Amino acid sequence: MNAGELRCVNLGKIYEGNNEALSSVNLNIPTKGIFSIIGRNGAGKTTLIRILATLLEPSSGSATINGLDIMEDADELRKKMAVVPQEGRPIPWLTPLQTVSSYLMWRGDSYRVSRRKADEALAMVELQEVSNRLNYKLSGGMRRKTLLAMVLASDAEIIFLDEPTTGLDPISRQVIWDLLIDIGKERFLFLTTHYLEEAEAVADSIGIFDEGSLLALGNMDDLRAGMRYQYSVKVSSDIDTSMIEGIVLKSHDEQSQILTTREEAMSLSNMLISQGVQFSMNPVTLDDIFYNIAGRDIDNDYEEYGGGRM
Amino acid sequence: MKRLWSQITASVLVNSIYQMKNYPVVLINTALSPISFLVLIFLVSDGALLGESILGGLIMAMFQGGIALQSDLSHLKNDFKLQDIVVSSPTNSRVYVAGMALSEIVYSSPALIILSILFVLTIHVSFLQIIGIVLILLMVFLSSVALSFALSTISTDIVQSHSFSRLITILFTSLAPVYYPVSLIPEALQPLAYLSPTTYAAQIAQHLAGLTQVSSEMFIFDWLVLLTFTTIFLWVGFRKARWRDI
Repeated sequence: MNAGELRCVNLGKIYEGNNEALSSVNLNIPTKGIFSIIGRNGAGKTTLIRILATLLEPSSGSATINGLDIMEDADELRKKMAVVPQEGRPIPWLTPLQTVSSYLMWRGDSYRVSRRKADEALAMVELQEVSNRLNYKLSGGMRRKTLLAMVLASDAEIIFLDEPTTGLDPISRQVIWDLLIDIGKERFLFLTTHYLEEAEAVADSIGIFDEGSLLALGNMDDLRAGMRYQYSVKVSSDIDTSMIEGIVLKSHDEQSQILTTREEAMSLSNMLISQGVQFSMNPVTLDDIFYNIAGRDIDNDYEEYGGGRM
Repeated sequence: MKRLWSQITASVLVNSIYQMKNYPVVLINTALSPISFLVLIFLVSDGALLGESILGGLIMAMFQGGIALQSDLSHLKNDFKLQDIVVSSPTNSRVYVAGMALSEIVYSSPALIILSILFVLTIHVSFLQIIGIVLILLMVFLSSVALSFALSTISTDIVQSHSFSRLITILFTSLAPVYYPVSLIPEALQPLAYLSPTTYAAQIAQHLAGLTQVSSEMFIFDWLVLLTFTTIFLWVGFRKARWRDI
């Protein structure tokens, strides 16, 4: 019995047409707190979450959650899990109260209990004022919060959220992040995102995914420690980078970013100060870590520029 | 048992009661479709085919209800990802379909109530004959539900799904001789009419109601064909439906 962990062994998925979406994924993480998978669109994040949430059969390998096999023990697992799919939307002809209470009834609660729990959950996500308004009249953020209220109100111990804040404005995203952090204190949250700042803000540990493979796993400190270059220097004007050790990236707006060692970053900053050039220096972010590991930027904002000394 | 009841009720609430409550206009809409044919046949036949068209309306309401499940489930699955949300919950596929099928009967209830009242007022039959007619209606409904569920779980395109649902309804209830006896169709076209299970259902119902007479052999043959259609559609529904994607 492997209680308390999510384990994937050589998990693979090949869709029709020999299209490989997951390539022998091995993963072993505790089922507590918030775990986030990050990756570009099409990296295989949704395929992985759908397989783990018992929505999709894998082509090879196996996976267990708290000792229960996703294929053999699916019925048992489904009593303990809840999912908000990537493109999930509340049904427009229902109200948030009806949406949440119906979901709870599908989970087995009586009508009366489901209404009470739905009321409480909607109050927690600050939707009590609109709980009887039809879903189609709600904003994008409110609709997402309605879906989160569903899983929040449920007794599910394991919650899968596939890109929970895609398409939301920054304020709504922040509200959802706070909510996720609250949920993650008591239950296991497995989420996918392509917003790196989201993973950085909410996740206790992060898996970096690209082209169907898991490339790295750990918390921010682990991931940073595994980097050759742990500092990032951003410069808005053109400078000679040929003698700097590290990776030099150029953004579309001609800003240069240098990923380098601590010592090199210090000497570069002294040089930039003496030249009066504006710059910023920080420990690497998840963006930089992703670039280092995947060999490309998650949003294609930066491109590698052949000016650095490796 | 309580849990099962809650799960079935959830489907009924989502797919019919809440929609009827939040948009009362659908009550008129669902009643109109089977009744409009009844009115048309009643007028064209100068009242002679009132009994047949009431039975036809009941068969159409049940068949349409079952087939509507296909576009409803596809819509909920593809546009709102409801199937994903339900699959990963304690509700299993059989309970989900049972609830959704029941919701279609509730959704068709305005038409069914009006048609049932007309039936009681105009067709006088014994209790046993009523049981027979109800059994036929249930078989028609079960066949269309099973077929609908299988199609909905493999459908990824809501427009195609909706069009397919309308096409099947037209073929099996409007073009097939459901509102009138098959004998009214030109003899050359009658073999085509017998390709539809609803033709057999209508023929049995008309015979049970004393509106048309068929031989004992034909009556047994009609039951056997309807039973075979129902079995095949149920088999397709159970074997081909995809609850977890592959």
